Amino acid sequence: MQDVNQIRKDFPMLNGKMMNGYPLVYLDNAATTFKPQSVIDAVVKYYTDETCNAHRGDYELSAMVSDAYEAGRQAIADLIHCESKEVIFTSGASGSLNLVAYGYGRKYLKEGDVILSTEAEHASNILPWFKVAEETGAVIEYIPLDEEGRLTVENFKKVLTDKVKVVTFASVTNVLGYIAPVKEICKLAHEVGAVVVVDGAQAVPHVAVNVKDEDIDFLAFSGHKMCGPTGVGVLYGKYELLEITDPFMLGGGSNARFDICGNILLKKPPFKFEAGTPAIEAVLGLHEAVKYLQKVGFDYIEKREKELRDYLVSKMQELDHIILYNANADTGIVTFNVKDVFAQDAASYLNTKGICVRSGTHCAKILVNVLETSETLRASLYFYNTFEECDALVEALKTTTVENCIGIFF
Amino acid sequence: MSELLKNPQILREIIMDHYQYPHNHELTHSDEYLSVHMASESCIDDIHVEAKFDANKVVDVRFDGVACTIGTASTSIMTELMIGKTKEEARTIIAEYYKMIDGQAYDEELLEEAVAFQNVGKQANRIKCATIGWKGFEELLNESEKEHE
Ligand SMILES: Cc1ncc(COP(=O)(O)O)c(C=O)c1O
Repeated sequence: MQDVNQIRKDFPMLNGKMMNGYPLVYLDNAATTFKPQSVIDAVVKYYTDETCNAHRGDYELSAMVSDAYEAGRQAIADLIHCESKEVIFTSGASGSLNLVAYGYGRKYLKEGDVILSTEAEHASNILPWFKVAEETGAVIEYIPLDEEGRLTVENFKKVLTDKVKVVTFASVTNVLGYIAPVKEICKLAHEVGAVVVVDGAQAVPHVAVNVKDEDIDFLAFSGHKMCGPTGVGVLYGKYELLEITDPFMLGGGSNARFDICGNILLKKPPFKFEAGTPAIEAVLGLHEAVKYLQKVGFDYIEKREKELRDYLVSKMQELDHIILYNANADTGIVTFNVKDVFAQDAASYLNTKGICVRSGTHCAKILVNVLETSETLRASLYFYNTFEECDALVEALKTTTVENCIGIFF
Repeated sequence: MSELLKNPQILREIIMDHYQYPHNHELTHSDEYLSVHMASESCIDDIHVEAKFDANKVVDVRFDGVACTIGTASTSIMTELMIGKTKEEARTIIAEYYKMIDGQAYDEELLEEAVAFQNVGKQANRIKCATIGWKGFEELLNESEKEHE
């Protein structure tokens, strides 16, 4: 049995920090997460005791760091159940998604091919495909979401044709927090020969992911959303797909040899994708983050987030002036508005009470069909949050009125 | 300056009124107006500002769009302040307003109701909200002067 107070002691950001005279209540974990001391220590240790380049030296220190870097790759492979040569380190989920779009999509899509996506995607998983469509003449079509905003197998079947070459979607969306039926979608997509790209930025930190069992072709995620450092992310790809995918960048470390006539022999995946010096300390930190999450356990993480979420939602449902958009979501993302208060005003007011939530706009389509508003507030929970923090949000929401939002300026 | 504008309660009500019932809050889409789209990169505010000039005079200013309390109210008050002024007067008022937001000494008399935003500058992340409409109008002012050269 895990004890949240024990867990919280591992995170310096949770050691009693104050904001505007109130205890800091951080509910923006979908944006980024706090780091446990072990992750911070790994980063600092690299700079204090282990600094040198990876893959570059003939001396002991470099060999040591190269090994540590590759051990990080192995840890990711174990986490998502693939081989380490199928793990590419990138700058983050955005870097990974762009790599698939440009290195695979742009190379293989043709005029008339269909890219299937949804209207609930993060910009990082739709804008690159806009560009691919523009350049190749492929078209983007959207899987209709149900009335709650969920991606369902039924609706996917309705739009799946043999023109579909790429299916790309978030397995957990950052707006509504629903879990998509990844395994079923992969199976159906493969039947028509389409490749499935999963944006796992909000999934990998929160739920156990198994790329082999789910038969995912490409999976993208970020280190910083799973207790790891910023500046590092992962692209998983099935090895045979990585072999035929072009790198996004060329340069040192990615080629086996080249000559002045322009002949280049690239290394094999994953190295052909990792030109230039990577964020070495971030990979070492991410390795520690993976260890940490595994120690806490994904069973616990999922269960804890669900308990917190159910509690917060039930408390918010008692307030007449709160509009909830995803009461039935599966993960720790709670999307809402305060009646008659503009989202950003409410976020500023909550900030004066020490509470960090995100206000933002969403893609035009989903707002019309599902949200019926262009701006919302989002509270996103992680396993280290507490019921008391949920209470603090609910208490502050009770006094969130237009008058009080203006009052913060006096 | 009116004593009323020194009373925080009154200042809050001014912002509230301009947020709930913004003035000049309808676009004309007329050729006689210059127009600009202002979308903040850091927040949600997204508005259009229109202005009509006659030689050296600001004849009309209008706006519409999606914005927070501060974005809406500060733009509404700006339109009221600008209409009927000469371009030169308008520029002076804008300069004083920016000084206030920036925490410098400013001329309260010139700013009238806009003094309600005197503390917004203390919340750095809301400065854009308090200036989005003003910046939009300033762009239109610049554009109108270019046309006359
Ligand atoms: C669903 C989803 N995809 C992609 C991203 C992009 O992640 P990053 O900014 O780390 O590249 C995010 C981050 O907010 C996200 O929530």
